[in-house]
Amino acid sequence: MTRHVVERLAQTGLVLAIMSFVIYGLIGLMPGDPIDVMVNADPDLTPADAARLKALYGLDLPIHVRYWNWLLAALAGDLGFSRLFSQPVLDVLWPRLGNTALLMGLSFVASILIALPLGVFAALRPHSLADNLVNLFCFAGISVPPFWLALMLIIVFAVVLGVLPAGGTPALDAAGFWAGARYLVLPVLALTLASVGGYIRFVRAAVIETLRLDYIRTARAKGCSRARVVWGHALRNATIPLATIVGLSFGTLFSGALITETVFAWPGMGKLIYDAVLGNDFNLALVGLLLATLTTLIGNLLADLLVTWLDPRIGGVGT
Amino acid sequence: MTDVAAAPGLSTGTLLWRRFLGHRLAVASGVVLIVLACLALAAPAVEQWSGLDVTAVNLFARFAPPSAAHWLGTDELGRDLALRLLHGGRVSLFVALAAALLSALIGTLIGVLAGYLGGRLDAVLMRLTDGVIALPLLPLLIVLAAADPAKLGLPEAWLRSEAASLYRIVAIVSLVGWTTVARLVRNVTLSLKAREFVRAAEALGAGRLRIMAVHILPNAVSPIIVATTLSVGNIILFESVLSFLGLGIQPPVASWGNMLTNALELIWTAPALVFWPGSLIFITVIAFNFLGDGLQDALDPKAVRR
Repeated sequence: MTRHVVERLAQTGLVLAIMSFVIYGLIGLMPGDPIDVMVNADPDLTPADAARLKALYGLDLPIHVRYWNWLLAALAGDLGFSRLFSQPVLDVLWPRLGNTALLMGLSFVASILIALPLGVFAALRPHSLADNLVNLFCFAGISVPPFWLALMLIIVFAVVLGVLPAGGTPALDAAGFWAGARYLVLPVLALTLASVGGYIRFVRAAVIETLRLDYIRTARAKGCSRARVVWGHALRNATIPLATIVGLSFGTLFSGALITETVFAWPGMGKLIYDAVLGNDFNLALVGLLLATLTTLIGNLLADLLVTWLDPRIGGVGT
Repeated sequence: MTDVAAAPGLSTGTLLWRRFLGHRLAVASGVVLIVLACLALAAPAVEQWSGLDVTAVNLFARFAPPSAAHWLGTDELGRDLALRLLHGGRVSLFVALAAALLSALIGTLIGVLAGYLGGRLDAVLMRLTDGVIALPLLPLLIVLAAADPAKLGLPEAWLRSEAASLYRIVAIVSLVGWTTVARLVRNVTLSLKAREFVRAAEALGAGRLRIMAVHILPNAVSPIIVATTLSVGNIILFESVLSFLGLGIQPPVASWGNMLTNALELIWTAPALVFWPGSLIFITVIAFNFLGDGLQDALDPKAVRR
């Protein structure tokens, strides 16, 4: 078990290191560079000045040298300034990270609360009308373009009915819980509807698979009630494949959050990364992407450790 | 075609076809997709027949309601919406199919190599696959789409052509679209590797390349088809999101995704302009998913025993 944890930690660290280099390289491929941006803003700069500035900031060095220099500075806590916000990158990122965590967390909890009962319900009556309807709902959720679903929600609830705001954040002087929560309803609903379909299908498949096992038949044979067999015996074992898949889905959830945040103008990490990339804010885009990758990797790691804890066979054998 | 013991007198093909027909949603989806593809292919013909020009801007006829001349009305620049939807369909479907084929190629290669050669290569390739699945792909795709390919040394003149923007999005989406195929093909390869005919071929001295190409790949065709069909839906979604964000197919070329680029402003003035392209994406994606599901039921050997 301990060995497994150490191995997984080392793996996560390695993936993060590789990804930081990949992302650094990708950011380097973005149009222009910081000096070009300065040249555009100041017509008095001559090409010679620009070349001198590039040498001053080390922008003329080969990429692996620049990456190494950046890494050393980053590890020392210097992640640079954001061009768009004129603030240190981390000061811009922290509040946004909280907003995204709120959006993703609420939607994640809502998805699980919907997926568990619906998935078990469908698994208990395979190929019935109810199962087919649940299945249709799942396919619709998986297939709908998430940004379009968000737009449709705005049309229905904000434009036609006018009951919820189309986006943004509560005004600073807004009082009361509902005044703030109203702004979260549509984004959370959009993100939940787009991700719950996959979860329901996983729950259904995992429960059906588990119900076929011998120990379930034994439990039934010795007179366990149906409810106890399903919720006590089957679901407990079905949790293991579920935790694995849910752990792998954090990245997808973050992608969904980016879309939701952009459509609803929710000031989170996803929208920030998008704005930073479009606004040539190199430092912000770089650190934002890294932070998003890091949170996803930590999510995967936690899910993996949870699975190992739930099913000791995995850690013991050493996968 | 060989006879199947369970149903004497019927060829495997007939059996598969009947199983497929039993999946009503999949059949309906197939029909819908064929109709959509025909409509998209017919776009230039429709344009000629109707006498409208898909790129003709008419600022005096912005947001016109549906009429005899403009069946679905006009968009924010006075262009015919129905024609733009047809042309957009050509682009969206072409990009989706091309990217799906490229993804299938990459995925098959990785899956067969990992499954057959095994060992350390398998471990590395599968970690890579898991890694790609787990990453927040959309932000990475956004950076990729915003990247300046001129920095990679590609010829500038070619990059400015319309075709380049299509191929570029195909390449970008394929980079992340291959994972489903790779995992499925690896699993099939692992089970085929242990079968007698592969063992026999090995014993006869066949090389690794020959075994992979001649003995394993032909037997892995059905999962490849299923996984590719299922991945088309995902790929359309990725393309539409990127185009919606303004980083995919560039105007004036229409795609279902980039017709929604200005959707946030349009929902207040012309919700219909938001409704149609999105519905078409939704219908196409769900049809591909149902089709893949039906094909899986028809082709999965486990399902035959049930």
